[in-house]
Amino acid sequence: MQRFSALSLIRHSLGGHLGWQPQWRSPEPKAEYDAVIVGAGGHGLGAAYYLAKEHGMRNIAVLEKGWLGGGNTGRNTTIIRSNYLYDESAALYDHALKLWENLSQELNYNVMFSQRGVMMLAHTVHDVQIFKRHVHANRANGVDNEWLTAEQAKEFCPPLHIGPGLRYPVLGAALQRRGGTARDDAVAWGYARAADALGVDIIQNCEVTAIRRGTAGGVEAVETSRGAIRTRRVGVSAAGNTSVVMAMAGLRMPLESYPLQALVSEPVKPMFPCVVMSNTIHAYISQSDKGELVIGAGMDAYVSYSQHGALHIPAQTLEAICELFPMFRRMRMLRNWGGIVDVTPDRSPILAKTEVAGLYVNCGWGTGGFKATPGAAHLLAWTIARDEPHPINAPFTIERFRDGVVIDEAAAAAVSH
Amino acid sequence: MLLIVCPYCGARPELEFSYGGEAHVARPKDPASVSDAEWADYLYARSNPKGVHAERWRHTHGCARFFNALRDTLSDRFLATYRIGEKRPDLA
Ligand SMILES: Cc1cc2nc3c(=O)[nH]c(=O)nc-3n(C[C@H](O)[C@H](O)[C@H](O)COP(=O)(O)OP(=O)(O)OC[C@H]3O[C@@H](n4cnc5c(N)ncnc54)[C@H](O)[C@@H]3O)c2cc1C
Ligand SMILES: [Zn+2]
Repeated sequence: MQRFSALSLIRHSLGGHLGWQPQWRSPEPKAEYDAVIVGAGGHGLGAAYYLAKEHGMRNIAVLEKGWLGGGNTGRNTTIIRSNYLYDESAALYDHALKLWENLSQELNYNVMFSQRGVMMLAHTVHDVQIFKRHVHANRANGVDNEWLTAEQAKEFCPPLHIGPGLRYPVLGAALQRRGGTARDDAVAWGYARAADALGVDIIQNCEVTAIRRGTAGGVEAVETSRGAIRTRRVGVSAAGNTSVVMAMAGLRMPLESYPLQALVSEPVKPMFPCVVMSNTIHAYISQSDKGELVIGAGMDAYVSYSQHGALHIPAQTLEAICELFPMFRRMRMLRNWGGIVDVTPDRSPILAKTEVAGLYVNCGWGTGGFKATPGAAHLLAWTIARDEPHPINAPFTIERFRDGVVIDEAAAAAVSH
Repeated sequence: MLLIVCPYCGARPELEFSYGGEAHVARPKDPASVSDAEWADYLYARSNPKGVHAERWRHTHGCARFFNALRDTLSDRFLATYRIGEKRPDLA
């Protein structure tokens, strides 16, 4: 692997930048691997990286039906925060946030993690009560979160309109200063490059079409569009396609897949300092380092795998954005797209062993799993390598629905983020 | 926006409708006699297919009636809509 440093940049610029090598190989699939990850999103690539780095498993492959990072990883609005309500979730998301804080150094790849602060607006008495409860619960868990008055919120984010006449007045806000954004593609590329350097085979254009189970029930092989691959351990990290992949092993999942949309504006000069989210009127916004406003819209109402949604959904979001930030009323939008998110009944993920020996699943991150990327990857690798969950992901089983120990984060995840 | 054919009113824009989730999910007749796993399957597990999906819709801002539909979840095309109580149409 060619390491990136100020020195290597200078050296290669003298050579006209012609001396760079590809950042990962494009190997042919081998006949057998010790473990196979299905899905080369940030979660799957990261899991392969941690399997190789922390658990010494080198004969592993990541299989991707399209191109790496082309799923939700490359389609999301990159909001990162950890201010979830329950103890289990706070531990899970803060585990990820701590890994984010050192990820660029860890991967020798600039993932552009920027802790610019995530501010969640309260518009109703109910919002105020819920957010204050979150602030207290988060602090008890050692997760930073603070309450701001409307004036303090405006001071933190000057474009915010808090004056009279708002249909949904701003009554205050909860601010997590350690929250922020990162560059989505760079996360996938950084993990891919680092995993490849440790010998992981990343195989693109390779769709898993079947999971073969032996007479004892355990996983034996996967069939793919590029032939059969023998393996006794399969980690499914296929986001919106999880139900489809798990059905190949005969499992029904507590998941539904919905389109979630986002859009970006034309790029403009830096003028928006943080991330602002509003659950109640459903809008969230930040400005990328390229200058585009990155705006998250809502989920479409129905199950779909179409990777696009209807226009009335982003239109409604833009109405909310224009009300909160009147200065954006004449801004032009450049692109709009959708990704397919896998939603669980309690809005918490599943990161667990399954009833099938050798089959592991990381899914249900729904509208908000980008923030969890390094944490989910790290815990999935642990679970696969040791055949048992890490204490942090132990509560996030499939069986929690049978046993009635759901982790209901519908309030923390009410806005799709 | 989807164009949805209400079996009572005809083709109307999606905004007039509410989505009601997977259709034909039958509540166990005697909940006390099923296992926790079967009950959880009824409550939470969904087929979530990539392809033909039987689902409920309600024409909330129209006749207000529930009906069922078959839709291809990859293209979002409606293949059929039918009244509650009618059998799932055979598309073959
Ligand atoms: C519009 C939008 C905005 C979002 N905003 C945020 C946000 O602000 N903050 C946040 O935290 N989260 C956000 N999310 C959610 C976040 O994007 C996801 O939770 C996260 O990226 C999931 O990562 P992943 O690696 O699991 O999935 P993905 O990146 O989707 O990777 C899964 C991969 O599996 C592959 N795959 C599927 N089936 C197969 C098969 N049979 N064989 C081989 N490969 C297969 C897919 O092609 C895909 O590349 C948003 C999502 C969307 C769509
Ligand atoms: Zn009608």
